[in-house]
Amino acid sequence: MTTRDAFLAKIRAAQPAARPRPELPIFPSPEGDLQTRFIAALTTMGGTTAHAHSLAEVKEMIAARFGADAVVASAVPGLEGTRVLTPDTAPASLQDVDVGVVRGRFGVAETGSAWFSEDEYVVNSIGYLVQHLVVLLDPAQLVDGLQQVYRRPDFESARYAVLVTGPSATADIEGVLIRGAQGVRSLTVVWIQ
Amino acid sequence: MKVALFVPCFIDAFYPQIGIATLELLERLGLDVDYPQDQTCCGQPMANSGAHADAAGAERVFARNFADYDYVVGPSASCTHHVREHFTAIEQTSAVQKVRKSTYELVEFLHDVLEVRDFPWAEFPHRVGLHNSCSAVRHLRETSNSEVAGTPYSKPRALLERVKGIEFVSPARPDECCGFGGTFSVTEEAVSVRMGQDKVRDHIGAGAEYIVSGDMSCLMHQQGCAERMKLDAKFIHIAQVLNGARA
Amino acid sequence: MTKTVRIDHAKAAGAFLQKADHVAFHDKRLWDLRSKRDAQAHGIPEWEALRNLASGIKEHTLSNLADYIAQFADQAGKNGVVVHFAADAEEHNAIVYKLMSERGMTTLVKSKSMLTDECYMRDYLEPRGITVMETDLGERIQQLDHQDPSHMVVPAVHKLRADVAELFGKTIGTDPKNSDIHYLAESQRMNTRPYFVREKTAGMTGCNFAVAETGTVVVCTNEGNADLSANVPPLHIASIGIEKLIPTIADLGVFVRMLSRSALGSPITQYTSHFRAPRPGTEMHFILVDNGRSERLALEDFWYSLKCIRCGACMNTCPVYRRSGGLSYGGTYSGPIGAIINPTYDLKRYSSLPFASTLNGSCTNVCPTKVNIHEQIYKWRAVIAERHEVPFVKQEVLKMAGRLLASPTLYRATVASLGGALKRLPNFVLYNPLNIWGRGRDLPEAPAETFHEWYKKNRKPAK
Repeated sequence: MTTRDAFLAKIRAAQPAARPRPELPIFPSPEGDLQTRFIAALTTMGGTTAHAHSLAEVKEMIAARFGADAVVASAVPGLEGTRVLTPDTAPASLQDVDVGVVRGRFGVAETGSAWFSEDEYVVNSIGYLVQHLVVLLDPAQLVDGLQQVYRRPDFESARYAVLVTGPSATADIEGVLIRGAQGVRSLTVVWIQ
Repeated sequence: MKVALFVPCFIDAFYPQIGIATLELLERLGLDVDYPQDQTCCGQPMANSGAHADAAGAERVFARNFADYDYVVGPSASCTHHVREHFTAIEQTSAVQKVRKSTYELVEFLHDVLEVRDFPWAEFPHRVGLHNSCSAVRHLRETSNSEVAGTPYSKPRALLERVKGIEFVSPARPDECCGFGGTFSVTEEAVSVRMGQDKVRDHIGAGAEYIVSGDMSCLMHQQGCAERMKLDAKFIHIAQVLNGARA
Repeated sequence: MTKTVRIDHAKAAGAFLQKADHVAFHDKRLWDLRSKRDAQAHGIPEWEALRNLASGIKEHTLSNLADYIAQFADQAGKNGVVVHFAADAEEHNAIVYKLMSERGMTTLVKSKSMLTDECYMRDYLEPRGITVMETDLGERIQQLDHQDPSHMVVPAVHKLRADVAELFGKTIGTDPKNSDIHYLAESQRMNTRPYFVREKTAGMTGCNFAVAETGTVVVCTNEGNADLSANVPPLHIASIGIEKLIPTIADLGVFVRMLSRSALGSPITQYTSHFRAPRPGTEMHFILVDNGRSERLALEDFWYSLKCIRCGACMNTCPVYRRSGGLSYGGTYSGPIGAIINPTYDLKRYSSLPFASTLNGSCTNVCPTKVNIHEQIYKWRAVIAERHEVPFVKQEVLKMAGRLLASPTLYRATVASLGGALKRLPNFVLYNPLNIWGRGRDLPEAPAETFHEWYKKNRKPAK
């Protein structure tokens, strides 16, 4: 088996003469209100949006949309689901959950994405194993674009970080769009402070 | 200025009328054009097959024939591209470098050097699908391309624009390769033919009566496909149109 | 020792072209992806500047690759990740097997990774008792059909729904007559899902970008299968080709903006995941893989191919690829990028690929990292000719043509006109080119005289 030193030595011997690192500018942003741009981008990716003034209201929306008997797992403090979530919860145990409720740390106007880490998810599998995802997002926490996202310090501390953009999808068979490939079948962003 | 005519080998053999039209056109524009008679070929067929050493002989003959000219003008974008960018099988003396820099494709020469835009003797009252070869579009940059955003431009179109009666159609894939590709047309015959068929159908579907191009190799291939498909399309080189051909 | 079999691209392409419905769909679907890419690229004023940046960052990184890999491995180690170094495919596969068997794991759920396809990892693991579940729909289809992926992003694009219906009917028990795509996709979802939550299961992802600054592995998917594979099982293995390195998180602001726009014409994939450290109580292992990449890095003309970020835009735009299908290239990588990568693995086997090109240059124009693909295709032809491996012509024939065209008198004698021109032009292919030309096209008519003869008759000769 190759050692690290041998592995690196081979590369070092092969690499061409050093080229300089280009400077990374910040390009100007497109026009438009962040929330409007976010909604437009999310919609093309198959996500939907709604508004709520309180966590209680969100709970009602979920019951109305997914049924009073829906199995709900919530990672949002103050919003109780039917399933308790702690960092020790087995990831696979969420396989029978109908609706996951999570709060995005921030959203991205350029793409319609919501950002999460293990802090927001509590149990990472909640983003993927449940059938439907409800994402709480504060419109004041919208960032312009990916240029700005990747200059944030959040990536240094998060063990796992993800930009989620709409429900899971595939077009692998004849280019026909399918929502709910392996992950969630629907994703709803609820604007709430 | 001393101008020499370069007649690509397959035009010399199959399509002499293109060489004649090019010569006559340049003469109509007031030029005294030489035709060095020892010329053979620019070396592209060997070079494109990877056989650069075997291209050297032809490149030497080319460089010798065109050594004393300010401009070497030929009706082929792919040959011109080869001379300017890949003519490296022979020693790069200052004479060779001069020949390389001085070689122009006909459209480039008319548009950029002579800066001519009007051809008062020309009349072509037909619907035209203008086909620009990939060499013309992407290597010689005679037109903008659909991959890279920017202000659209087209030197061949600028030359044809004011020809009396001419109308242009808009195919769906204006700069997709037509599939000639040199020896590709034989070594990958099935794909080449399919590409040619698709190209011809695109032009005809857009309403073209004539397909016009600065590259006869593309036209030879497309015409071969169209005739086999019994499609009603006619093919003509830009030199012939600008020289006054009516059909 | 098996004798190298030369991939006959033209023959395979010819077979694909017999399937009229498949070809028509394949061409249309991929051209549509190209068009969507155009809309995105043309909608961002700084797109060409981003291409320059992406290219510059990659060239800088590759020219300092050893240091960046060291930094990446050090950071990952600090984050609690175990880093392995695999010189080649065999070592990679052995590491995966060792990790799993040591832990009594018998199932591997994985998301798409061209690298693992390149290593033929399934062929190694399955005989050793590991069940491998490809969770990406396209890869799953190809796994069940025992075929390579035909495209880097949409692996089963060469298949129509009826093909998938028949395949799933044979393998996962669906109704072979039901080719409704929603039914097929849902069937695969339900068939695959139990594997994510199984016992004794490890999860594997590939890697789109490996960030040296933080030791982060970035994976971009649309299906969410990478996040399932990584976040449910207690072991996450990431297979990483060494060319995936980029210096900092900020650089992702260039690459993530470009990847999905180039691949599918959407601003971003549904999931852009960043793995830096294992979940408490679980394990994360990274396998850095060379497998010929350092050899390629040393090639003065060809190391630029390592800038590739696997977007597939070159395939979507290539008029040859769209009409021949990815399987005709005979390897993990197909299309234009395949034509310049594969010869480094086996020059003779892949010698036809650089000739499966018209050198039109569209691929180079759409490549987000400005890999000069068509120029490398041209240069590979010279390498192949030097090694006497040009597949369609004998070296002697090219020599003959070269000599003929180097001699004005010889040439003129050959091209003498009056009905003979067509038949007597330099015959520098192995077989009569007229027969092949004439299969699908009419031949040009032989003119009465050459230009040369006309000039002699009608104009005074040059001095």
